[in-house]
Amino acid sequence: MKASKAAQYGLLTALALVLSWLESLLPPLGAPGVKLGLPNLAIVFALYRLGWRDACVISLVRVLLVALLFGNGAALAYSVAGAALSLSLMGLLKRTGTFSSIGVSVAGGVAHNAGQILVAMALLETSRLAWYLPVLWISGTVAGVLIGIVSGELVKRVSDQS
Amino acid sequence: MNWLKTHKSDVLLIAALLVLGGGLTLFLLATRQAGGTVRVQIDGETVMELPLDQDVRTVLGEGEHTNTLVIENGAAQVVAADCPDQVCVNHGAIQYAGESIVCLPHRLVVTVDGGASNDVDAAVK
Repeated sequence: MKASKAAQYGLLTALALVLSWLESLLPPLGAPGVKLGLPNLAIVFALYRLGWRDACVISLVRVLLVALLFGNGAALAYSVAGAALSLSLMGLLKRTGTFSSIGVSVAGGVAHNAGQILVAMALLETSRLAWYLPVLWISGTVAGVLIGIVSGELVKRVSDQS
Repeated sequence: MNWLKTHKSDVLLIAALLVLGGGLTLFLLATRQAGGTVRVQIDGETVMELPLDQDVRTVLGEGEHTNTLVIENGAAQVVAADCPDQVCVNHGAIQYAGESIVCLPHRLVVTVDGGASNDVDAAVK
């Protein structure tokens, strides 16, 4: 690995971690699980600047670190599922070449929420959680648009050093 | 206008997602029924069933994993918990069949079950 790439990895992972922490300080936005998805700023940036594989690594490291630092074991399964589904979909949409960072990020936001709900349904052995789906679906879309706009601008404006 | 042209697929995707989400919301709202009982599950096992029309205050779980459930005025609510995220406390009250409050750290699910079906049958007769 080139030194510049290692530095970018470290920087983006740290940024994603700080954004996770920042988001945990925000008051609850109406319903449980409704979030802006601030860490996704770093992930979408990584997806465009470094590539899909690197974005996956950074996302996984972030999820593990967040679980170790502020979370618990139970939450890890939900986070991993959400992140995995989100990155798979974002990678696919980006490859089609027809979507900008906004469309990619929107799909990622909705997929992240849906992934968490699906794993929660499986782990808690209840289908009743379907009630959360519409709320998280809409909020994931809105948050995805915002994150997509900002990260798109970031990719454009932050100069590429490598 | 230029922006719309270059972001056509993005806009279509967002519109499709919003329509789907809205449809899902309407579907759930249209099919919701008044609740009859409150079911408490821990680790996927039902540990308690309580009627929704009787006011009660009870502590669920044990040791350092407790949630305080209150049933009042036909609605159930978790008013206190010693979990780190307090998501269940912030959730608010539930009263319709299928609604639930979840405490992920304690693997606790509080669900409202239907039970008003007997009343409906009686009314139909």
